[in-house]
Amino acid sequence: MLSFKDFGRACVVALWFMVLTFPLMVIKVNPIDRVITWRWHNMVWVGVGSFLCYLASRAWQIHRDARLRRIRLGQEEEKEPLSRRILQNPSIYRPLLAAGALFFLAFPGLFSTYQTNIMITALMYVVLGLGLNIVVGVAGLLDLGYVAFYAVGAYAYALLNLHFGLGFWTVLPIGGLLAATFGILLGFPVLRLRGDYLAIVTLGFGEIIRLILENWNEFSHGPSGISNIPRPGFFGIQMSLDQSITYLYYLMIGMVLFTIFVVNRLQNSRIGRAWFALREDEIACQAMGIDKTRTKLTAFALGATWAGMVGVIFAAKTTFVNPASFTFLESAIILCIVVLGGMGSIVGVIIAALVLILLPEYLRAFSEYRMLVFGAVLVIMMVFRPQGIVANIRKTYRVEEG
Amino acid sequence: MLELKKVSTYYGNIQAVRDIDLRVEEGEIITLIGANGAGKTTTLMSISGIVPPKRGEILFRGRPIHGLSPDRIVALGICQVPEGRHIFPDLTVAENLDMGAFLRRDRKEVARDLEYVYSLFPILRERRNQPGGNLSGGEQQMLAISRALMARPQLLLLDEPSMGLAPLVTRQIFEIIRQINREQNTTIFLVEQNANLALKVADRGYVLETGRITMHDRADALRANKDVQRAYLGI
Repeated sequence: MLSFKDFGRACVVALWFMVLTFPLMVIKVNPIDRVITWRWHNMVWVGVGSFLCYLASRAWQIHRDARLRRIRLGQEEEKEPLSRRILQNPSIYRPLLAAGALFFLAFPGLFSTYQTNIMITALMYVVLGLGLNIVVGVAGLLDLGYVAFYAVGAYAYALLNLHFGLGFWTVLPIGGLLAATFGILLGFPVLRLRGDYLAIVTLGFGEIIRLILENWNEFSHGPSGISNIPRPGFFGIQMSLDQSITYLYYLMIGMVLFTIFVVNRLQNSRIGRAWFALREDEIACQAMGIDKTRTKLTAFALGATWAGMVGVIFAAKTTFVNPASFTFLESAIILCIVVLGGMGSIVGVIIAALVLILLPEYLRAFSEYRMLVFGAVLVIMMVFRPQGIVANIRKTYRVEEG
Repeated sequence: MLELKKVSTYYGNIQAVRDIDLRVEEGEIITLIGANGAGKTTTLMSISGIVPPKRGEILFRGRPIHGLSPDRIVALGICQVPEGRHIFPDLTVAENLDMGAFLRRDRKEVARDLEYVYSLFPILRERRNQPGGNLSGGEQQMLAISRALMARPQLLLLDEPSMGLAPLVTRQIFEIIRQINREQNTTIFLVEQNANLALKVADRGYVLETGRITMHDRADALRANKDVQRAYLGI
């Protein structure tokens, strides 16, 4: 049960939050009338809110500790986590999957073009997340410059279309290949680096690509970008804007399914096992005869390929690219998706991408507080579920015996 | 089988191994003993290619292997059990063992070798579905040795298998090292700080001091040697 001490702590927490949010929530300066409105009622709300939140989280904690103690004493069975129970029980996840598939297939018919457009963006981030998941989640190489490959893909389409008139479908694989090449290019100098050092170099790489695009005017048209990029074609049929958005939506759905299929196969393959091993212990990896160089480079290249292809789709969707779309913040968001979803977990990454991209959109009702709420969700998530939404369930492969 | 000729290995500018000459014959157990920082692990790392030597030659069955990448060296049949075990903590015991057979494609033979290591260490069979990180130190060492055996090496490089283990477990592991050598005819290169035990198991021994080989002889002769007794056996 909650003790007297908990109430005391809750008071301190409430006071702390009241002080912390004081400038933001209470003071409102109106520079035109030159008056300050003091919104003291907001302070009361913050105080009461944080007081109750603290008590609720504390009660939950006590409940959980008590349960853990009972499990340790053998009075209660240990329950499998909810996500795992769902994912390992076909009679639960099959209907869920079917409902999800139906929802996504019917989406453009049910909702407006605006909603469809947002969903396309979210699906693009699903693919980006799955791509980065190979590098960060599976192979354990912290890459903070992932957006560079995204930029390579987008500019590949923009430039090849501008200069050579190449179409979307031709450039899609080229964009992927180019990004893979850049992945290997980045891979070589960082082969010997790990952890923080690797993160810094990849961060630098991302910035280099962005700065080149921004400053090499003759090549990339600088900050003004490249416009009038054609949308994806469909056997030369003319489409209205609405139609082409719907088309792009289904194309993206196909892309997501393709990515899930390939990434899943990769993770359970020989190279996937080598990646897992590399993440766990490099020396042991070498002692087992795993080619460290090739394993790392394939991780970078295969991760980058997806970013390149999504880049092409991005350019086709917005019909305009400029370097401002490829800032570090993008890399950070994609990394957030991977970490929040659960490193190495495909289902988790998909859910996280949808949540992270859709949440800020639907939080627009909260207008200026939406990023605040978004940040709070991230913090709360990492405090209570550091392993991600769906902790990675690796397919345990068995060696045939006898 | 394995021959080191004037091998020198550096970490940056620091020379850890100085002009080492060493021979390992087919089917024997040889041991390299020495104090902390004498260069024992570095010698092993040079052979396995993880820290390639700067000068000198390493020949395996008459073929030079210095300068080859570690994975090529493993493919030739030299497998290392790294110091401090280095098992994969999040993979299960069975998956750890499977990683050992990473380069092999003969599934039937792999399955047979798996049976063999399970017969050597029955505890691993019991724990095959547990993550490697949950095993005790001794069990992890058993797993590390088993994992290396799964590569079916001709030459097994063992780096301090006794590190951090209880005397009883150490003795058990050394017993099995001998058994592997006998039954599989695997040549074993054993690096040890526990000189007494190592010399009991080995056929021949080398003594390493500050990167140089100062003595080499039959293992029983080394055990009887006054200098070795004073310096390493504590007699």
